[in-house]
Amino acid sequence: MSNAAVATMERKPMPGMKVYNKKLGMWVFLLSEVMFFTSLIGSYIILRFAHPEHWTDPGVVLNVPLTATNTFLLICSSVTMVKAFAAIQQGDVTGLKRWLLATIVIGAGFVGIQMVEYVALSGEGFLPALDAYHAVGRGNPHEGPSLGGPLYGATFYVMTGFHGAHVSIGVLCLIFVYIQAVRGKYTLADHEGVEIIGLYWHFVDLVWIILFTIVYLI
Amino acid sequence: MSTTTTSEAHTAHAEEHHELGFIRTYIFSTDHKMIARQFLFTGLLFLLLGGALAVLIRWQLGFPGQPLPGGGILPETMAPGGIILPEFYNSLVTMHATFMVFFALMPLMAGVFGNLLIPLQIGADDMAFPRLNMASFWITPVAGFMMLASFFVEGGAAGAGWTSYAPLSASGEWTGVYLGQQLWLASLIVLGFSSITGAINYVSTVINMRAPGMTWFRIPLATWSLFITAWLLLLAIPILTGGLILLLLDQTIGTAFFRPEGSGEPLLWQHIFWFFGHPEVYILILPAMGFVSEVIACRSRKPIFGYHSMVVALVSIAFLGWVVWGHHMFQSGMNPLLGMTFVVTTVVIAVPSAIKTFNWMGTLWRGDIHYDTPLLHAVSFVALFIIGGLSGIFMASAPVDIYIHDTYFIVAHLHYVLVGGSLFGIFAGITFWYPKMFGRMMNEGLGKVHWALSFVFYNLAFFPMHNLGVQGMMRRIYDPNQYEYLQSLQPTNTFISINVFIFAAVQVIFAFNFLWSLKKGKVAGNNPWKSNTLLWTTPSPPPHGNFPEMPIVYRGPYEYSSPEVEEDYYPQDRPPPQSSSGGHTVEAPNPEPVPGD
Amino acid sequence: MNFSWLLPETVSTFGPALDDLYYVILWITGIVFFATEITLVVFMVKYRHREGRKAEYIHGSNKAEVIWTVIPFVIVMGLAFYSKALWDEIRDPDRIPPDSFPINVMASQFEWNATYAGADGQFGTSDDFVSRNLLHIPVDRPVVVYLEAEDVIHSFFLPDFRVKQDAVPGMMTPVWFQATRTGEFTLACAELCGLGHYTMDGRVVVDSEADFQSWLDSQQAEEDSD
Repeated sequence: MSNAAVATMERKPMPGMKVYNKKLGMWVFLLSEVMFFTSLIGSYIILRFAHPEHWTDPGVVLNVPLTATNTFLLICSSVTMVKAFAAIQQGDVTGLKRWLLATIVIGAGFVGIQMVEYVALSGEGFLPALDAYHAVGRGNPHEGPSLGGPLYGATFYVMTGFHGAHVSIGVLCLIFVYIQAVRGKYTLADHEGVEIIGLYWHFVDLVWIILFTIVYLI
Repeated sequence: MSTTTTSEAHTAHAEEHHELGFIRTYIFSTDHKMIARQFLFTGLLFLLLGGALAVLIRWQLGFPGQPLPGGGILPETMAPGGIILPEFYNSLVTMHATFMVFFALMPLMAGVFGNLLIPLQIGADDMAFPRLNMASFWITPVAGFMMLASFFVEGGAAGAGWTSYAPLSASGEWTGVYLGQQLWLASLIVLGFSSITGAINYVSTVINMRAPGMTWFRIPLATWSLFITAWLLLLAIPILTGGLILLLLDQTIGTAFFRPEGSGEPLLWQHIFWFFGHPEVYILILPAMGFVSEVIACRSRKPIFGYHSMVVALVSIAFLGWVVWGHHMFQSGMNPLLGMTFVVTTVVIAVPSAIKTFNWMGTLWRGDIHYDTPLLHAVSFVALFIIGGLSGIFMASAPVDIYIHDTYFIVAHLHYVLVGGSLFGIFAGITFWYPKMFGRMMNEGLGKVHWALSFVFYNLAFFPMHNLGVQGMMRRIYDPNQYEYLQSLQPTNTFISINVFIFAAVQVIFAFNFLWSLKKGKVAGNNPWKSNTLLWTTPSPPPHGNFPEMPIVYRGPYEYSSPEVEEDYYPQDRPPPQSSSGGHTVEAPNPEPVPGD
Repeated sequence: MNFSWLLPETVSTFGPALDDLYYVILWITGIVFFATEITLVVFMVKYRHREGRKAEYIHGSNKAEVIWTVIPFVIVMGLAFYSKALWDEIRDPDRIPPDSFPINVMASQFEWNATYAGADGQFGTSDDFVSRNLLHIPVDRPVVVYLEAEDVIHSFFLPDFRVKQDAVPGMMTPVWFQATRTGEFTLACAELCGLGHYTMDGRVVVDSEADFQSWLDSQQAEEDSD
C-alpha cells in the first residue's frame, strides 16, 4: 500500500482548531444557543419598540434588588466554576469536588430565587397571557389599575424562563460531573468534562447578564 | 485525551463490534454508515408520503369536485365520498410541503449524505460524537410520528401553509384546527434538535478529524457543501425554534406575540420565519450542488473546473443567504425602502449560483463524459436548476413580484429548485453512492429509464405552472373555477395533474431498482466509478472504523486524466512515485497546499 | 391549454411599466436559458465518451471566473436599479397623488367590505356606505385604497391592475392605482386566509365619471333609506 518512507510517518489527523473534539463541539453548540436567544431577545426588542406602552419604568413591576442579588450569585457561581477547573488543572480532586458543589448549590439557589420571584409576580397579576394580565406593581394591593400590558409579561416569562431552563439543565449536568469527580474520573491529564461544563456555565451566566440588563434595568 | 485513531484503537474498535447484538448494530447504532441508512429509509418513506399528498392536491386541481378513485378510504372529515373538502385541501398543501421539506429533503440530503460522506471522504473512522449522532437520527422518526398524528386529531392537520403565517396559525378560531396546528409546531420544535445535533457533529468532524494531508482545499466538494450546510443548520434552525415556541404559546396559553388583539405583530412571525427560511432553502440545495460536483467531475474524467471558485461560491451563498429574507415579504406591508435593499441583496445572490453553473459546464467541456445514471441526474440538476434560478430573477424585482407573488409562478420556481434541483441531486447521490453503501450496483438500464421518464414528465408537469402564474392563478386555491378569469386555465391544470400522476408512478421504477439491487445488483467492488476520493479506497460497504490505518493524502480530489499517471484517475491517497533524484517527494503530514489543488 | 408567457391585458397606469420590466427580464432570462441549455446539450453530445479520447486535464481559468462573475453581476445590478423607480412610484406613501379618491377596504373571512366616505367626503360620518365584494371606481382618476384586515392576513389582488397588497390585521396599508379604461375586473384574495380563501371573489367596476357619480348617488340613496 504505502511505500517504505511513508510507512514510517506518524498518522495524526490534521490539527484543525487545535482544540479537542468535545470542546470544539461545545463551542459550536453554544453558537446555536446564541442564535436561539437572539430569536427570543430580537422578538422582545421588536415588540417593545412597536408597543412601548406595554412596558413600565424599571422596578415598578419587577423586583430589581432581588434579581440584582440573584445576578451577583450567578456571577459568583462562575467564579466557583473557574476555581473548580483550576483545581483539577493542578490535579486537586478535592478542590474540584468542593468548588463544583459550591457551583451547584449557588446555581440551584439562582433557580429557586427565580421561582420565588415568578410566584410573587403571578400573584401580583403579572402574567404572560393576554386575558389574564393585570399587573398591579410591586407591593400594591391586589386591586388597582393595570400597569403595562401583556407583551411585557409574555416576553419576560419567555426570555427568563428559557434562561432558567438552561440554568437548570446546567445544574443537572454539574451534578453529573460532580458524581464523576467523586468516582475519580478526572485527573490532571484528563478532565475534559469539567472544562466543557465550565464553558456552558459561563455562557449561561453571560446570557443572564444581557437579559438582566435589558429586562430589568431598561 | 486525544482522539487520534491509531491502528491499535481500530483493531479494538472492530473487535468490540462483533459483540454488539442486533439492536446495537441495526437499531441503536452509533456507526455513521448505519445512521446514514436509517436516514435513507426514513427519508424515502416520507418522500413517498409527501408525494401521495401531492397527488391528492393535484387530483383536486385537475378534477375539481370529482370523487377520487379509491378515495372512499379517506375519512368523512377529509373527503366525504372521495371528494376532497376545502379544509382538507388546506391541510394537504400545508402537510405536503412540511413533510417534503423537513422530513424528506433534509434527512435525505444532510442526514444520509452528511453521515455517509463526511467521515469517509476526509479519512476519519466515524463522526466526532457517534452517540450524539445516533440521538440525532432517532429524533427524526419521533418528530415524524407527531406530525403524522396531527392528521388524526380533532380538527385535522395544520392548514395554515408550511409558512404558518400568523394570525391564521396563532389561534384555532380562524381555521377550526387546534391540536393539529399545535402538533405541527411541537413536531418541528423537536425535529430542530435533530438538525442542530447533526450539525454539531458535521462541523466538529470536518474541522478536527481530517486525515494527514487533507488540507482545506483538498476536501471534496460534497464534504465542503455539507460542512457549509451544517453551519447554516446550526445557526438558522434555532431561530425557527424560537419562533415556533412563541407561536405555540400564542396557540396554547394565550400570549399575543403575533396576535393583533393583544398588540402582537403578525409581521414579526414573517421576519422570524423567513430569517430562518431563506438559509433553509440553501440548506436544501447546497448538498445537492456538492453531489453534482463530485459526479460530474468523476464521470467526465476531468478535474472540477474552478475548484477554489466553487468553494468561494458556496461560502458566498451561505453568507448572502442571511440578508435576503425580505424578498419573501415584498408585498407584506413592510417598509418599501427596506424592500429595495432586499432587491439588491437578492439579485446579488444570483451571481455565485451562476458561477457554479458555469463551472459545472466548464467541467463537462472537453471531458470524457460517461452517460451513467448518476451523471444523467447530475446534468439534469444543472439544466433544471438553471430554470429555477432564472425564474427567481423575476421575483427578485419587487415591482414584478407585485404581480407574481403568491401565484403559481412561485410554485413553479420552488419546484424547479427543490425537485429539479434537490431531488434530482439526491437521485444522483443515491445512484452514485449506493454501491458504497450496499456493496452492489443499481441496475443501469432501469436507472436510465427512471431518469428519462422522470425528466420528461417532471418538466411537462411543472413548466406550465409558470404560465398559470403569468395568467394570474393564485396559490393554495381549492377551486380556481370560482374566479371567472381563471376558468380558462382548467385544461392546463388537468394537463399538469396528469403529468404529476405519471411522474409519481415512474418513481416505482426507482423504488423497485433500489430494493431489487440490494440483493441482486452486480457486486460493486471498492471503486466501480474509478473515483479519487478516500471513500472509494474502502471496501463496499466499508467495515466498522472505515480505514484499517488512517490514510495519508497527497493531492486534491479531482486529479482525473492527470498526465502523471497512465490511468484516468489518481486517488488522493496514492503516494506519488519516488523521484529519481532520491526521495524527497514524500510530503510531511501537514503539507502546504500545492497550486492546482 | 394556456402555455403563454404573455401577460394578460393591463388596465392601470403603472401596468405598462411593470409589464415592460417583466418582458425585459423575460428576454434576458430567455436568452440566457437558450444559450446555457443548448451549450449543455452540445457539450453532452460532443464530449461523450468514445474510445481513444481522453479528457483535457485543466483545473479552470481565472479569466473565465472573472468574466462570468462580472457580467452577471452587472446585469443583475442593472435590473435592481431599473426596478427602483417603479417600486418607489407604486409603493412610496409620499408618492400617492394627493387628490386620490379614497376607499376604506376591510378584508375579512371571507369577504371584502369597501367603505365609501359619502357626499361629505369624510369617513366616520353618517353618510358613509359599505359595498360588499364590489368596488366602483372612476376611470382616469387615481384611487387610494386604505387596506385593513379584521382577522387574519388577506391579500388585495387586482390582476388586471397589477395591484397586490397584503392586508394585515393591526396595520393599515395604503395602496393606490389609476384605471385607464372602463370595465368590470377581478378582485381576488392572494394570501391563504382559511377555509374560504378560494371564495373571496370580488369585483372592481371602472365607471366613466358620470356613471361613477350616479352609482355613488344611488348607494347614498339606499343608505339614507335604511
